[in-house]
Amino acid sequence: MTLLLNNVTKRFGENIAVNNLSLEIPESEMFGFLGGNGAGKTTTFRMILGLLDRTNGDISWNGETINYDKSHLIGYLPEERGLYPKLKVRDQLIYLGKLRGMSKHEVDSELNNWLERFKVPEYIDKRVEELSKGNQQKIQFISAVIHKPKLLILDEPFSGLDPINVEMLKEAVLELKNQGTSIVFSSHRMEHVEELCEHLCILHNGDQVVQGSLRDIKRSFGKKNLMVHGDFSVDFLQDIPGVLRYKKVADGCELQIEHEDVSQKVFASLQGKGFVRKFDLEEPSLNDIFIEKVGAAYE
Amino acid sequence: MNKFWIILSHTYMTRLKTKSFYISTAIILLFIIGMANFQTIVDIFSSDDKDTIAVIDKSDVLFDSLQESVSNSNEDVEIVSVDESEGVIKESVREGIYKALVVLELNEDQVPEATYYSNTITETAVQMVLEQQLQQLKIAMATQAAGIDQATITEIYEPITFQRIALNESAKTDEELNQARGIVYIMLFLLYIAVLMYGTIIATDVATEKSSRVMEILVSSASPVTHMFAKITGIALLGLTQISLFVIVGYTLIQSKQEELTGGIFEYFGIQDTSPTVYIYGIIFFLLGYLLYATLAAMLGSLVSRVEDVQQLITPMTLLVVAAFLIAMFGLSMPESTLVTVTSFIPFFAPMLMFLRIGMLEVPFWEVAISISLLIGTIILLALIGSRVYKGGVLMYGRSSSLKDMKKAIELTKKE
Repeated sequence: MTLLLNNVTKRFGENIAVNNLSLEIPESEMFGFLGGNGAGKTTTFRMILGLLDRTNGDISWNGETINYDKSHLIGYLPEERGLYPKLKVRDQLIYLGKLRGMSKHEVDSELNNWLERFKVPEYIDKRVEELSKGNQQKIQFISAVIHKPKLLILDEPFSGLDPINVEMLKEAVLELKNQGTSIVFSSHRMEHVEELCEHLCILHNGDQVVQGSLRDIKRSFGKKNLMVHGDFSVDFLQDIPGVLRYKKVADGCELQIEHEDVSQKVFASLQGKGFVRKFDLEEPSLNDIFIEKVGAAYE
Repeated sequence: MNKFWIILSHTYMTRLKTKSFYISTAIILLFIIGMANFQTIVDIFSSDDKDTIAVIDKSDVLFDSLQESVSNSNEDVEIVSVDESEGVIKESVREGIYKALVVLELNEDQVPEATYYSNTITETAVQMVLEQQLQQLKIAMATQAAGIDQATITEIYEPITFQRIALNESAKTDEELNQARGIVYIMLFLLYIAVLMYGTIIATDVATEKSSRVMEILVSSASPVTHMFAKITGIALLGLTQISLFVIVGYTLIQSKQEELTGGIFEYFGIQDTSPTVYIYGIIFFLLGYLLYATLAAMLGSLVSRVEDVQQLITPMTLLVVAAFLIAMFGLSMPESTLVTVTSFIPFFAPMLMFLRIGMLEVPFWEVAISISLLIGTIILLALIGSRVYKGGVLMYGRSSSLKDMKKAIELTKKE
């Protein structure tokens, strides 16, 4: 069950929302979709779901186009949360579940499991408007996954949740992935993508600026982070050639270096200066990559 | 179960369970029951006590005749002759012993004159009775003085015979026309109310789903076109439920009160014997009219982002319905006017005006067929445009809500 996007372009009049996007998302894989506001993430999701027609290119899933006959295999958590405020949780999910091809009985048993899992079984007969925003989000998440979709699109699934609930949802997402669901996942939170996705792409103004596996992206990025803590002033490190960024922190500094070889020059220059408490060479974070790639595109 | 039926039954059931549905149904039922028992209610509130009016007759000849004619009239008024002075009686009126004081006299031409004293002069019924009776008294006195006998007077006031006969054999007789007017009137009213009420419900329902953002989930699981038509049908069934409830209650009440009501209002509305074709056309035009306006309402509802904006955007639709209704009201007395003939072919007016013509005139079948075809054609066209607007509109959120958004919504569904 591979989702394939081939040179997909979407134009709204003169405005290009998504430009020549190609992706391949295999079964049982979580794919991270990153991008600033207005980068074209939601438009891409809507094209995958068939809510918007694409201007050019092909989208196929398992070799077939996605249409409403397959909606029972697809789950969608839109960025803009939406449920019927006046309906009770159970009635709501029975309706949405039925639209995804479930029977009332199936919805009931699945719903109970999910509510137990999210530790909110008492909400079953509450109206959605009575729930807190975070709890509404749990219900919304349940509505996207209750029919055990094979393709799940999560647009900012963790926004507005406290850390405990984020963990709870993350676990659920991982479990779905391990059961064979392909998941497309968008977020502004780099650490979530870093933690969950093996593959990802970064969109900027409709253009794909980075794509590949997390490891490859980090490796090919080249730049590394170096953390130096010492009992003496480390200000002089910023003058070493190859140091791109210097950030002073309480016990020392954080450096961004052009290449890992630069770390050795830094290491040598520290000799005899005093007591070095920490010398740590790190992979760049996704955050650094995002800022660099998207920021560069801004300039 | 097919998605169409899932959405339809959901729309129907959730609306059926709302408080507003119960309340509006209850209010209208109460109104129907009230109407059927109108006479009883009036009787309960009007006391049996007659209003007593004191009369000071300065002429000494008027009182007896006035008393006779007042007691012959059906009003709950009793007049008594009093001998005390005006001042004393006025005091009694103030205290509520008498309803009013009337001072009668004859002027120099021997014509009766009256002055009416009461605490307030807002209640005109009693005053009118007295005035009319005195007027007749004056006529009687004047004719008597002129030496004309009573029989001649009666003859003069006898209404003339005015018969209306249509030469065209197929034209409706006077009696048939009256009946047709009644049934056309009812149908116009029903359509008017149904379109306004259920059209608003549809538009509001769509706007609610949009504003609560549940719409994006809905259109990702069922096509917007299915969604739109399931919604329209669901609300139509809701309307049918409500209307049948009214009809059943109304019919039962009528049956139980048949003796009181036969003739009267029924004959006026022509329910007793109108040809079945009129009813069949009535149903056809009602359904088509509903469908036309409901599609329009759903399309308009899909354009707004907030429920508060619904009213504003469906105003043009409301105006169309009102215009059609007004033309039809005018057409009731002039069904053959060019305005009615022309508008009976314009789809937005046709449901009301073609039906009016069918009810009141002999319309050639081909004219009806053209009108219905135009209507169906427009519904299909509107459904096609509507479903595209709907498809784009439900994904479109913005502050502005105007008809300009329609273009934007259609553009959104285009490939580029």
